[in-house]
Amino acid sequence: MSLPISHSDSFSLVEQLPILQILVPFVSAPLIVFIGNRTIAWWITFLASLISLLISINLLLLVNDGSIISYHIGGWAPPIGIEYRVDALNAFVLVLIALISTIVAPYAYKSVGNEIPKEHHTLFYAAYLLCVTGLMGVVITGDVFNVFVFLEISSLASYVLISLGSHRDKRALTSAFNYLIIGTIGATFFVIGIGLLYMVTGTLNMIDMAGLLEGKSSSSTVRSAFAFIIVGVGLKLAIYPLHIWLPKAYTFAPSFITAFLAATATKVAIYILLRFMFTIFRPSFLEELNVLNFVILPLSIAAMIIASLIAIFQKDFKGLLAYSSIAQVGYILLGISIMSESGLTAAIIHLFNHGITKVALFMVAGAYVIKRGGSLLTNLQGAGFTMPWTSAAAVVGCLSLIGVPGTAGFISKWILVEAAIENGKWPLAIVIIFSSLLAVVYCGRVIETLYFKNGNDETIVNESPLTMLISIWIASLACIYFGLSTDITISVSDLAAKMLYLK
Amino acid sequence: MINWEFIIGHLNYWFFIVLMMTGLYIVIAKGNLVKKVVGLNIFQTSVFMFYISIGKVIGGTAPIFPVDMKIDNNIVYSNPLPHVLILTAIVVGVATTSLALALIVRIREEYGTIEEDEIFIIEHELDSSNKTPNTYKENGHF
Amino acid sequence: MVPNIFILLSILIPVFAAILNLVIRERENLRDFLTFIASVLTFFCVLAILISVGNETTKEIVLLSVIPGLKISFQVEPLGLLFALLASGLWILTHVYAVGYMRENKEAKHSKFFAYFSLAIACVMGIAFSSNMFTLFFFYEALTLTTYPLVAHKGTDSAVKGARTYFGILIGTSIGLQLTAIIWTFIISGTLDFSKGGILNGHLEGPLVTLLLFLYVFGIGKAALMPFHKWLPAAMVAPTPVSALLHAVAVVKAGVFTVLKVGIYIFGLEFLQNSGASYWLMWFAAGTIMIASLIAITKDNLKARLAYSTVSQLSYITLGVALATSMGVLGAGAHIVMHAMGKITLFMCAGSIYVVTKKTNISQMTGLGKVMPITFGAFFVGSLSIIGLPPLGGSWSKWFLLMGALEADQWFMVLILIFSSLLNIAYLLPIVAKGFFLSQEKGLPQKYSESIALVWLPPAITALCCIILFFTVGYLLDFLAPIVLPE
Repeated sequence: MSLPISHSDSFSLVEQLPILQILVPFVSAPLIVFIGNRTIAWWITFLASLISLLISINLLLLVNDGSIISYHIGGWAPPIGIEYRVDALNAFVLVLIALISTIVAPYAYKSVGNEIPKEHHTLFYAAYLLCVTGLMGVVITGDVFNVFVFLEISSLASYVLISLGSHRDKRALTSAFNYLIIGTIGATFFVIGIGLLYMVTGTLNMIDMAGLLEGKSSSSTVRSAFAFIIVGVGLKLAIYPLHIWLPKAYTFAPSFITAFLAATATKVAIYILLRFMFTIFRPSFLEELNVLNFVILPLSIAAMIIASLIAIFQKDFKGLLAYSSIAQVGYILLGISIMSESGLTAAIIHLFNHGITKVALFMVAGAYVIKRGGSLLTNLQGAGFTMPWTSAAAVVGCLSLIGVPGTAGFISKWILVEAAIENGKWPLAIVIIFSSLLAVVYCGRVIETLYFKNGNDETIVNESPLTMLISIWIASLACIYFGLSTDITISVSDLAAKMLYLK
Repeated sequence: MINWEFIIGHLNYWFFIVLMMTGLYIVIAKGNLVKKVVGLNIFQTSVFMFYISIGKVIGGTAPIFPVDMKIDNNIVYSNPLPHVLILTAIVVGVATTSLALALIVRIREEYGTIEEDEIFIIEHELDSSNKTPNTYKENGHF
Repeated sequence: MVPNIFILLSILIPVFAAILNLVIRERENLRDFLTFIASVLTFFCVLAILISVGNETTKEIVLLSVIPGLKISFQVEPLGLLFALLASGLWILTHVYAVGYMRENKEAKHSKFFAYFSLAIACVMGIAFSSNMFTLFFFYEALTLTTYPLVAHKGTDSAVKGARTYFGILIGTSIGLQLTAIIWTFIISGTLDFSKGGILNGHLEGPLVTLLLFLYVFGIGKAALMPFHKWLPAAMVAPTPVSALLHAVAVVKAGVFTVLKVGIYIFGLEFLQNSGASYWLMWFAAGTIMIASLIAITKDNLKARLAYSTVSQLSYITLGVALATSMGVLGAGAHIVMHAMGKITLFMCAGSIYVVTKKTNISQMTGLGKVMPITFGAFFVGSLSIIGLPPLGGSWSKWFLLMGALEADQWFMVLILIFSSLLNIAYLLPIVAKGFFLSQEKGLPQKYSESIALVWLPPAITALCCIILFFTVGYLLDFLAPIVLPE
């Protein structure tokens, strides 16, 4: 298939969108530090997120017809120069990141004010914007080493951000440290993989590399490169047995950071996985190795069942959500390992839908931290009555996690089950449904605690601040909107899946 | 029959593997957080050295073009790209190390120790105490 | 166009009533009166549909399309219209009753109670008018969610536990089994629209048909087919009006209504019959009828006994579908109405007894018939209707079911139906007999002591309806006839 590739040397704004996508948050970060005012820092963060969102939506509209935007940094043509390459898949993930960042921004105002000492605010926001930059860079770039660099930018920023939760609970420090160790090992594995690929192909450009790798699938260097990359990325995206860093990091990070990272960081790692598996190594390589059937599939099933089971017994709402995230990553990997276009569509759509669901739920958890002094389930007892709006949003989020019709979660599960059955993989459909039942149990526990435990007689309403409620409800309404209207999500993920398969 | 050619030919790999495993072992086995970071450094360094070694071309010279740009096709140059990449990776590694050390300082302040098993005991008590962690209270909103 | 507007109105008015209840929570009288108006309006909307459409099937109206092929859409057809009529009509009575019950009993949080109650009615309307399986499933789940807080309303430990069972079983079966069945149906037939003669014919054969049917009927947990019946007794912790309307009419009938819909419009009677899929289902239904009746006899708690009686009666309807004969299906359709009318009477009487005496156990109700003649009279009529004696409505539906069983040559099922009627006598009539003929125990009122009219009038009216239904069954049959006529 030949795809129209557009690039030129002119400096119209539309042509420069890919680089602006990175530059806007990247430049805003030092700006915040220079200005050094807390309120202005928040405004810059919010505006940078909003502008990023507009840019990413623009990019998505540009590539929505199946075209590809190729942007050459500094005018150096690939494979020598670094290329930014935007197609339906990256644009979709970019929109997700920018959207989440914009949604959580109003929430940050009070949440950060409550959890982080004042003097750290400007640095906090700077680090946050760097994290956003890193995540977007990973997604937009077409150069494998660049992926590593951006990945480390986002990771380093997120270690810092997570550790800042120490002002609420000192365990944030050790969880950040553990994440740092594991994350660095993962990143280093990833670099080894890239090095081996470079040895074989002599290039770092993804498309170029993909072309040169063709017919070399039996080379042991290529195969070990693949293994290193899968493990490295697997650590980042918390594939089931490599997930140990995630629950504590999510539980003890500042609420705002948890909400943002839960919705974006693992999703970006999944994006890397998709990119390497399908664009660089090609589906034929995957089929030859049968790695999906023998490695990813069993692990994803384990994640869906074991992580859900662990979630049931969590004492902390955030911890429960964290384990649920691991299980949901399992769904996405399951979609990938079905090895068909429909499976990929399901994975991509769940990536998005789970993102908006989890951001809503983690923001709710953060609201409880502020108003109820913590997110342990014991703190939540009876919160349904004292914080009716926040808790209603929690219910919407929980329903979406379960996959009740009318919510985003239902759509992705429907498509996932459909993909499994279409490809004759009945048992997988049963696993998905079984895991949904486990979700019923842990979500039921949360809802029950909110509405039917002890505090039943409390009637003094003590609602979260309005700015937080706005964020929470935008995310919750998004859960419902994307559950009822799927024109955008399905068509884009369909297109993205097609392009991953064809290229 | 030992294939000496294979062993000698892949010498850089052997060193790389030994160093890498040493680093990983330290990260996993040592309880002292600083030692963990040292292990992590060894681990990363092994990868850097591996990268640089694959850029080496036997008989190659430094990849610098003559001033008059008259390039002699007979001269073999080493590949500079891996070095450049590793320069970036080293920078990332330094940043990681410094951040890790900063975290260790903070952990020492909060826990009074940097031994993993002692931290584990403290955390286990915190986990099972079921106590609500303190919310940061100093002038709540801004 | 006219019926379409009324369909939407009949769903929106209860929703609006729910919002109203939350907004004006303080002004009790105004709030309850407005909800009453809403219930009457809803009933008139359904009546208007009845007048303008009759027992025709209208074209569907699509509200929104979620995924190509998955759409939220509505349509009027006889069975759904009958169900809507029943639910909205009984809502008026139950609302009146509930106002009396909640006030007399000094229950807490009225506005929330009535809000969720109205929302549940809206979901029932959605179920009744849905024109495809997805829409039905959507409202089915919504109904579970809106009734969950009602079950847990008292907030006591036992209420929370009961609600947990309720929620767990209903959501569990619907997501675990029913959703699987729906997706399977969608994949093999490419559509979920209800259409006469079914959509599965030619897409599936052999034992897989049986498997799919089982996924459906067990997935529809609201139909309370054993072993997924536990939620119904568990739900009895709810205030009695909830048990009356929701767990005798709205929720359980939504379950068997779904079973009927699936049997008639997804599988198609002919296909069910020819593939032999329903044979095993018949046995499960028969088993549930017998076992639940036997358990009912052992229960001393009145509401628990009625709950098990409901479980057993619901399986009559499932059995009617499983027979897959036109008489069986008509009987099942009629039984939805007859049983609803009889059972709501019984539940409202149970509530009435509770309001006056605070007694929940049958053994403590001796001699009450003398002091509460209206309540026990209504209870007597309701019991007879459930048992199936003329001149009460219940006798007809049992008669049709018997005919259906004969038509299908299932002699054993005929025996089951007859024997279970005997069991019905065994668990219902002693209550009445003890009430009228034994002397009162200590601590019970000694002279006439009915509660306020709001509490005793509604069961009296429904008891009267049981009698009226006996004489008007001909209209009912004519009305339902199109669903079994060949295309």
